[in-house]
Amino acid sequence: MRNPPHRPTTESPGVRIAATLVCFLFLGVFLVLPLVAVFVEAFGKGVSAYFASFQDPDALAAIRLTLTIAIIAVPLNLVFGIAASWAIAKFEFKGKSLLITLIDLPFSVSPVVAGLVFVLLFGAQGLLGPWLIAHRIEVIFALPGIVLATIFVTFPFVARELIPLMQDQGTSDEEAALTLGASGFMAFWTVTLPNVRWALLYGVLLCNARAMGEFGAVAVVSGHIRGETNTMPLHVEILYNEYNFVAAFAVASLLALLALLTLAAKSFLEWRYGDAIAGRAAH
Amino acid sequence: MRATREVRWLAVVGMALAIVTTGLAFRAQAQSTLLNVSYDPTRELYRALNQLFAEEWSQQGNPKVTIRMSHGGSGSQARAVIDGLDADVVTLALAADIDEIARRTRKLPVDWQARLPNNSSPYTSTIVFLVRKGNPKAIRDWDDLVKPGIQVITPNPKTSGGARWNYLAAYAYAVEKFGSEPQAQAFVAQIFKNAPVLDTGARASTNTFARRGIGDVLLAWENEAFLALDELGAGTFDIVVPSLSILAEPPVALLDANADQKGTRRIAQAYLDFLYSPKAQAVIAKNYYRPVKPEAANPEDIARFPKVKLVTIQEFFGGWDEAQRKHFSDGGIFDTILKSNR
Repeated sequence: MRNPPHRPTTESPGVRIAATLVCFLFLGVFLVLPLVAVFVEAFGKGVSAYFASFQDPDALAAIRLTLTIAIIAVPLNLVFGIAASWAIAKFEFKGKSLLITLIDLPFSVSPVVAGLVFVLLFGAQGLLGPWLIAHRIEVIFALPGIVLATIFVTFPFVARELIPLMQDQGTSDEEAALTLGASGFMAFWTVTLPNVRWALLYGVLLCNARAMGEFGAVAVVSGHIRGETNTMPLHVEILYNEYNFVAAFAVASLLALLALLTLAAKSFLEWRYGDAIAGRAAH
Repeated sequence: MRATREVRWLAVVGMALAIVTTGLAFRAQAQSTLLNVSYDPTRELYRALNQLFAEEWSQQGNPKVTIRMSHGGSGSQARAVIDGLDADVVTLALAADIDEIARRTRKLPVDWQARLPNNSSPYTSTIVFLVRKGNPKAIRDWDDLVKPGIQVITPNPKTSGGARWNYLAAYAYAVEKFGSEPQAQAFVAQIFKNAPVLDTGARASTNTFARRGIGDVLLAWENEAFLALDELGAGTFDIVVPSLSILAEPPVALLDANADQKGTRRIAQAYLDFLYSPKAQAVIAKNYYRPVKPEAANPEDIARFPKVKLVTIQEFFGGWDEAQRKHFSDGGIFDTILKSNR
């Protein structure tokens, strides 16, 4: 005799259908509709107007700047994330819980505050400002400041993906490697890293998406110089404020496209390597 | 191992991308550039002026110049310059913001306003009302703004220069009408009580009113109101001119210390002088700012400006220094108004 299909709850089908419907309706109104609206508005005056938006040197500069920031910030956070999660998951030391709390800090601090902190530190009236000016080093209102602010808001992403997984995997594999005569670095390179590679890639994707999309913290430290310190999200706002709706949404559609690509890559990873990423259900 | 090869391949692509984009980012930076830090509604004006200046400058046999712009609420822009934004020239909404830069950074002398003609203002403007087509709430003058149920849209005087002109225009009207300062204060307080949002800059307020459809009347720069008609359709809004308004003088100034450090003093000075040239004055009028040399502009452009009785900040409020201290400093009259409205 066959068992009846397993039911997670005893609710009637009506309740389940209603709950699912509400869920889809909610997602439709709050996620799909706005996304569609971005593309509708972007193509509102035709395909040629859409592509003409990307001929503007200021738009190109914004795209370049955003890519530059991501290319600097993401690898740095990759290194930081691996180091932090490795230390936290594989070693015991004093102040570990403090370190975990500190890693989570950017999640709980408003990005605007993060930006202001950098102005307070590196601004002309700030703590290090006079020294920086004396040595002609530009931080705030230039690329370094924007990169710093981006690193600040994105640094939990990689570490947060890796810590639960690494903790789950324990230290037995590494111990085996060490007993077999591997050096500490070799054990890390040949055992620890391969074990977490897909979760790592997943964390990098999330980190990258946020790095390119960050608005608040970057807005405070950018100085809004067109063609120079305007990132894509800031440029979208400027274009919108200049009644240039097609161009604003064209640039926005690039950001949306990036989000969709990230989503696709994430789904692919989950589908292909779901087991290897499992254990990251921390948030 | 297949997986590690994929990772390695990704790393190589990443590195290649990194090198290409940083290369692109740092390419064209050799030519001379000028940074103009300006207030919110001047985007279209300076786009036109910058192009004209760059052409003239090259025609005079100088190397090519690129003029970079940064726009935002006048107060926040001044703050950014104080915090180190490397402006060669500032073109802000009111003198108090440039005074503040001079006081805090000493990057320009305190008497900067005497260095250029007309109190360093190459153009002036005033404050008008923008209402919805057909003026459904029958808003004719400042008195109509204090009526219950009227929603007034204005930016925040703490961050926006335009909003400070709005506030002072309303205040001047009330003083003229009631003859006493406490009554004027109560009048302005009532206007701000009717304001559901206070955006940080003039353009953000225009978008709140025009695009998001909030409010019955927008207190706006005259140039901003005309531009909104142009950009968003004359069929959707009307301009209402109050019986009394204020002569707004947005000043421009060279930031000596920055320009000297970058070696751009000559071109920055030429840029500011250019704003007073007949050609520039015509562009200014075309963009709905009132030129200080109207004879240089197209008479048709000049005819668009309504006749309004205008008070000046100098005569009515004793200058920006005084007005800023009395009304907008911490604990000033505006703070008292916000507190009492809560």
